[in-house]
Amino acid sequence: MLHKLYDWIDERLDITPIWRDIADHEVPEHVNPAHHFSAFVYCFGGLTFFVTVIQVLSGMFLTMYYVPDIVNAWESVKYLQTQVAHGQIVRGMHHWGASVVIVMIFLHTLRVFFQGAYKKPRELNWIVGVLLFFVMLGLGFTGYLLPWDNKAFFATQVGLEIAESVPYIGGDLKTLLAGDPEIVGAKTLARFFAIHVFFLPAALFALMGAHFIMIRRQGISGPL
Amino acid sequence: MTDKKNQVSRRQFLNYTLTGVGGFMGAAMIAPMVGFAVDPLLKGEKETDFVYVMDVDEITNEPQRKTFSTDQVDGWYESQAEHTAWIFRTEEDEILALSPVCTHLGCVVDWNSNEEYPDQFYCPCHDGRYNKLGENLPNTPPTEPLHAYEYRIEDGKLLLGKAKSRKGA
Ligand code: FES
Repeated sequence: MLHKLYDWIDERLDITPIWRDIADHEVPEHVNPAHHFSAFVYCFGGLTFFVTVIQVLSGMFLTMYYVPDIVNAWESVKYLQTQVAHGQIVRGMHHWGASVVIVMIFLHTLRVFFQGAYKKPRELNWIVGVLLFFVMLGLGFTGYLLPWDNKAFFATQVGLEIAESVPYIGGDLKTLLAGDPEIVGAKTLARFFAIHVFFLPAALFALMGAHFIMIRRQGISGPL
Repeated sequence: MTDKKNQVSRRQFLNYTLTGVGGFMGAAMIAPMVGFAVDPLLKGEKETDFVYVMDVDEITNEPQRKTFSTDQVDGWYESQAEHTAWIFRTEEDEILALSPVCTHLGCVVDWNSNEEYPDQFYCPCHDGRYNKLGENLPNTPPTEPLHAYEYRIEDGKLLLGKAKSRKGA
């Protein structure tokens, strides 16, 4: 049945080569943990991607209940966590996944760094990777505010003051982030939400695309 | 290794195991999210509150428009929901409290508001009409009678609950 459907589409659109390009490629022996167990260090990039997928999915579902408004944000989070089926699990995935993704990205960076895999010709991919790391930190920072509880509020306060300490442009930077020169409030929450669910994910997907295209073009760096 | 044709090859075995384990993990990940999304379907019906609307001895044979409000819990948002009822005594001395929501497409009907159709409930949206008992008149758009509120009488007071369809009743 599925085979027939696949053949039907393939006959018209010739999708097999596309599929081959994406999924059918050789895994060199030195990155295969079945050959050398120590090769598990090559898994961290893939794990980062895996957790990112979980983050995207659980985040999409959370927005079905969450509202970015200072009156209702906390109540809506409380509602989705305590009243909605599996709410605690879905929010838990997003909450813990946010930390796990940073850990994985960090381990991935360490591997690339200590193996010297960032060296020529892969410098560009290193740069994109660093940008991805910053985007992830941005996602963590903006997402932290959204439940609008005390911890979130004061963490954001601190983050904004760190931004303010940047020489020359600090004041403007903080106003731009918070949406107001003095208040951390309604405008801040709306803006952090927009950044968290639209702007940073868009940047994330573009950079991930670039990261993956480059690795497919250049291949995995050789054994040490 | 045997040379039997229908033996599962190493490649096939690995394929099946990996697809199986991967599928299981994927399902474990997606299942809570799907439950989360379909939660509104899992919530059962809420209990009906009966609310005081008017005294029984004030009810006349002419429909009177009465409004009342009920507590409404909408997820994390609590408010008062406003309702309207047309209340009167029928010829058979029964109390009838009609919902003004047109059974065609949900506009609001009015009693005796159109001079051409006296003593009828009239819906301005598509000329829907109902007689005094709220029964839809033939050849007008509505497909069933106006819904009637469930009611209770306690100490000479009329309490209204939910408006229910009277189709087939
Ligand atoms: S909504 Fe009342 S007649 Fe169409």
